[in-house]
Amino acid sequence: MDAMTQMQFSETPLQVAAGMKPDAELPVRARVLDLSFYYGDKQALFNVTFPIHDRKVTAMIGPSGCGKSTLLRTMNRMHDLYPGNRYEGEVILYPENINIVSPQVDPMLVRLKIGMVFQKPNPFPKSIYENVAAGLWVRGIRKKSVVDDRVEQALTQAALWDEVKDRLRTSAYGLSGGQQQRLCIARALAPDPEMLLLDEPTSALDPIATARIEELVMELAPKVTIVIVTHNMQQAARISNFTAFMHLGRMAEFDLTEVIFTNPRDRRTQDYITGRFG
Amino acid sequence: MSEHTIKVFDEELQDLARLVAEMGGLAEKQIADSVGALVKRDAARAQRVITADDAIDALQHAIEEKAVLTIARRQPMAIDLREIVSALRVANDLERIGDLAKNIGKRVLALPADFYPQKLIRGVEHMSSMVLAQLKQVLDAYAGRDLAKALAVWNGDEQVDAMCTSLFRELLTYMMEDPRNITFCIHLMFCAKNIERMGDHATNIAETVYYMIEGRPIADQRPKGDDTTAFAAVAHG
Repeated sequence: MDAMTQMQFSETPLQVAAGMKPDAELPVRARVLDLSFYYGDKQALFNVTFPIHDRKVTAMIGPSGCGKSTLLRTMNRMHDLYPGNRYEGEVILYPENINIVSPQVDPMLVRLKIGMVFQKPNPFPKSIYENVAAGLWVRGIRKKSVVDDRVEQALTQAALWDEVKDRLRTSAYGLSGGQQQRLCIARALAPDPEMLLLDEPTSALDPIATARIEELVMELAPKVTIVIVTHNMQQAARISNFTAFMHLGRMAEFDLTEVIFTNPRDRRTQDYITGRFG
Repeated sequence: MSEHTIKVFDEELQDLARLVAEMGGLAEKQIADSVGALVKRDAARAQRVITADDAIDALQHAIEEKAVLTIARRQPMAIDLREIVSALRVANDLERIGDLAKNIGKRVLALPADFYPQKLIRGVEHMSSMVLAQLKQVLDAYAGRDLAKALAVWNGDEQVDAMCTSLFRELLTYMMEDPRNITFCIHLMFCAKNIERMGDHATNIAETVYYMIEGRPIADQRPKGDDTTAFAAVAHG
């Protein structure tokens, strides 16, 4: 189908909206290439390959134990914290063109570029200000005026500034669950990361807090590349541009979200998203 | 296809399919009865067709309500979503077919009693058999998820259109011969057009079945055989 016919029958492709040819590849921020991962002797990821497009939201869905969280955690070298874990294959970050799972690459450097937010909000037992500033101090950014600005900026980006600006020195634990999670997002954003990894960020939150976080993700998306693991398929359908369906440690299907949820190619994907699994 | 983990979801989809099948059966009967009433000049049968349209409308409402509730409850995805959307579309087309049959019934009641052009009425009857066959086949295609049958119906509409065009030409001839024929011929023309429209709705259903199975709309242009400009220029005299 030529470009005009394609546009007549489907949504304007992301490429065309970005001023590119309809089937050109969108800019890629990272590429997972033939990635395998072992918890000691147990292999948890098998030759996973897919692109992470620049400043788009990529969702990872799949049943329990499929490897989506394992995959997410390879991307900021969380697994290095425990002995016996092993990576094979590559995760190439652009434009630096480095393999971030290579043993030659310092995990600390990776975590400075790629931030993570977890399922259970986990602010430091410190003040709101200190939580957000911590990432800057660690990088040697100490000048008060600069830190103040960056803290305000991060909290604003996380849609939390107005609620906390008058109590920045109070404990983070005084915030509600949803606010704490937004604080964790602000904390991850303060050092200006290249990529943000969200591991089921709203699973522990009520529907209203969830909606605010989803709204936040959509606002952030044009500025920072986001990868989100979620077991809520409707959430993946709502906020992501691309969706990866994982099954038993393998990438079963990767495509535009709208394709995955209206007309997936793989039978396992369809079974999962329509609730026929098991 | 395997069953949903939540069994009642399967039941809801089956109910929806059953309602569509029921509506389809009624629509087929309406076509047969309305044209039968026309051929036999049977006023009582025509009146039954007019009254029976309420049942078709009621089924459409039931289908809509069920579809909306299922969407709200189940947040259907992929094939399930396409099935429910398709049920809504098919119900719409069947409801229109019902209305067109009712319209034919009304015209039967309005026809002048003394004029009975055998050839013309046979032409209308023939066209209605073609359309009835199209509808039966497409409803089979819908129930059986049969892509080949749906495509056969989609391609078959051209014949119906061509039949309609030729009927129009004949009706024109009759009207030109004798102005006393005009009233009857106009009614018959509307009946023919209604039946041609029924054929279009059957083709719509075929497109819906294609979408339901393939997950994307039919990309090509529908083959069209009705050339309504064919009889535009008529020599006077």
